[in-house]
Amino acid sequence: MGLDTLFVFLVLTSIVLLGSSLLNSSIRVVALQGAVLSFLPLLVMEPTWAGRAVFLAALTMGIKGIVFPVLLLRSLREANVRREMQPLVGYSLSLALGIALLVLAFWLAGRLHGIGVGISALSLTAAFFMMFTGLFLIIARRKALTQVLGFLTLENGIYAFGLTGVGHIHWLVELGVLLDVFVAVFIMGIAIDHISREFDHINVDELDQLKG
Amino acid sequence: MSLVLIAIGLLMASALAALLLSRDPRLATICGVGGAMLAGLAGLIPSLRILLAGDNESFVLAWCMPGGSFHIGLDAVSAVFLIPIFLLTALAALYGGTYLKPFWGKRAIGFSWFCFNLLTACLILVVVARNGLLFLMAWEGMSLASFFLVVFENDKKDAREAGWLYLVATHLGTAFLLIFFALLAREAQSLDFDRIGALAPGIANAAFLLAVIGFGTKAGFLPLHVWLPEAHPAAPSHVSAVLSGVMIKTGIYGLVRTLILLGHPPAWWGWTLVGIGLSSGILGVVYALAQHDLKRLLAYHSVENIGIIALGLGLGALGLSTGHPLVAQLGFAGALLHVVNHALFKGLLFLGAGAVAHGTGTRDMDRLGGLAKTMPWTALTFVIGAAAIAGLPPLNGFVSEFLMYYGALLACLPGGMTNPLPAVGVVTGLALIGGLAAACFAKAFGIVFLGEPRTDAARSAHECGLSMRLPMIILAAACILIGFGAPWAVAALKPAIAGLTSVPAAQIFGGAERPMLLLMELIIGFAAVAGVAVLLGVLQKRLLKNRSVRQAPTWDCGYAAPTPRMQYTASSFALWFVDAFRWILRTERRRSLPKGYFPDAAFMATETPDGFRELVFRPVFTQIRWALASLRWIQHGRLQLYILYIAATLVALLIWYASCL
Repeated sequence: MGLDTLFVFLVLTSIVLLGSSLLNSSIRVVALQGAVLSFLPLLVMEPTWAGRAVFLAALTMGIKGIVFPVLLLRSLREANVRREMQPLVGYSLSLALGIALLVLAFWLAGRLHGIGVGISALSLTAAFFMMFTGLFLIIARRKALTQVLGFLTLENGIYAFGLTGVGHIHWLVELGVLLDVFVAVFIMGIAIDHISREFDHINVDELDQLKG
Repeated sequence: MSLVLIAIGLLMASALAALLLSRDPRLATICGVGGAMLAGLAGLIPSLRILLAGDNESFVLAWCMPGGSFHIGLDAVSAVFLIPIFLLTALAALYGGTYLKPFWGKRAIGFSWFCFNLLTACLILVVVARNGLLFLMAWEGMSLASFFLVVFENDKKDAREAGWLYLVATHLGTAFLLIFFALLAREAQSLDFDRIGALAPGIANAAFLLAVIGFGTKAGFLPLHVWLPEAHPAAPSHVSAVLSGVMIKTGIYGLVRTLILLGHPPAWWGWTLVGIGLSSGILGVVYALAQHDLKRLLAYHSVENIGIIALGLGLGALGLSTGHPLVAQLGFAGALLHVVNHALFKGLLFLGAGAVAHGTGTRDMDRLGGLAKTMPWTALTFVIGAAAIAGLPPLNGFVSEFLMYYGALLACLPGGMTNPLPAVGVVTGLALIGGLAAACFAKAFGIVFLGEPRTDAARSAHECGLSMRLPMIILAAACILIGFGAPWAVAALKPAIAGLTSVPAAQIFGGAERPMLLLMELIIGFAAVAGVAVLLGVLQKRLLKNRSVRQAPTWDCGYAAPTPRMQYTASSFALWFVDAFRWILRTERRRSLPKGYFPDAAFMATETPDGFRELVFRPVFTQIRWALASLRWIQHGRLQLYILYIAATLVALLIWYASCL
């Protein structure tokens, strides 16, 4: 019961991301998604691994729930933008496409769970939907910051898939992925800073001017 | 075998060391040259032993590569190709150490030696690899390393363009080789050469054609030779020697190995090879005649000599398919010996051309002249190489061509082939090529080394140092040695020919004892003539010793002010030949003739662009470029759409996978 509620919550937060134009609140929603996700190790890992599960959960909470939002909010303040203006795909269309992606995620999860992948069909649905949402945000939005949020959502999906889908994944692997993401967000923060200083905006669709 | 592995290890280690020490050109050069020379010494021992003892060795290492295994082997065929590789790379390295000295501090010397030793290691690996994947990796390493060596002087536009052309050509060739190996692997269920058994005729024919195109691009078969006359002159001379002397031979090696792997050849393979040999040989030397750049001329001669080797291979394949074992043995023997010979004399000639460029600063023959006086050693070794490449006895080029002549004549005689047309083609083709090559080298040697210097650069020429002279002397000595040691050189090839014709080595050349004797008589006879000429020269010197010798201009028909510019030039010397082949060469002539009784300035310039490049490849590639331009819209530089491509592909694959569950 508790698990299903968690997965439904993850799906809902992703839908919110698709329809939100305020960068400030998008960051908070991704942080919330990460924080909720950090309880997942406690719920799915076997009792004998309790110590590791608690460690992983605490680390995830610390990085995804606290460090990332703080970092991203700071670069948001410095870049001096508040909204995602003129997205490449509009918000209502994004929501409609999001529903289509959700249907696709349900179908995929059903097929995969049918051959014994994952602890439940719903866990796979949530994981796939987060990945799709993340990719969609990267493709359909202009601001570099939203791209980072898309990347984080994508990674959240992979994290959830790793914990619930594959079964015996080693916790060291999860830690490694977490570290990678941490470094990636750090670097992207710096990149955003540089882009905003150089161009007075953080729209990535104009980066093609850089090509020779 | 272990010595070959040690040689590869030495080359790799010295290549890395040269790269790491690239701050200090002296240390990098010592590393590069030392590694290449030690490896050459280490590698020559087992290669010679295999040829003389005639046994095979192989070595397999586990290798975590799908379809691959580190399977290398050393048989007589590999050894025939390994000997010139080890000898020429070691000598070229010794030469290059001094040759590159003027570039110290201006160019990446360490990187150049890294590429040189890597190229050598890859050349060795290509020849000993017994697994398709290992072969292709070594092949690719060889192509890339040689590309970087070609663009050594990368601030020159010519060098960059030559490098590009070479890179495109070699990769197109490799594309055919990929299909070739994939086809063989599908039939044999393995990429190991020793698992490839008898193939269905259709598959074998397709594999042969793929090999001819793929390996032919590297070897320089017409019309796939277009990269060769660009890339060889652009590279530093010691690299040109290695590229022309041994690297293009890996294409021949690939063809020879293909003939062994595919088994009994049908007659049309022989026809194809003879046809390729005739066109490459004749057109190669005709193009060479029209050149003014010494190294470009030599590069076209590589096309010619590859043609001669293809003639020998074609004769061998014909002999096998029509059941004339002696013809086959003589054809293959001629081809294999010519591989070694060409490495020796073409390496020597490129090193000589490098010495000329080093001493005068130009490769344009019309700016040289009279160098025999200032550069006697270079002139002496160059003339030996020139005589050898023209196939004159008593030098090595004569021996390999003699074997082919004899095989082809056997095929024409009663009791020979029922359709002797290709054999007649080999005989007439070899005769025509030999004659034109002799004319071409009379031109090259005469214009560059004889007469009077045409410019100040040629007047102030200086002989190169000992470390550049020594490799040329050794190569010239090897040319003479193979000429006089012809019976032993031919006998050493027996195990290799046994591998190609599946006849026991002891029965090779059975019934050909008399012509071998004739060969020896010819060589001794010509050597005697040469000896008499040398004796007369010595006599003349002795007679003139205590007399006064006056130097004066030659008789000038009453014209009072002769200048060195009134000598024959490279263009005027070859005019008759160039005119005879005008319909192929399409030489462009720009001139303004002298007018009136007191004419003033007049000039004439000729230029011969490569017809195949201008008339075949350029239009084809322009068309391809035009056709592909309509796909440009995919490459718009928008990051998000690129990610969309990737995401859409991944999701589509996921959906496809899930729907198949």
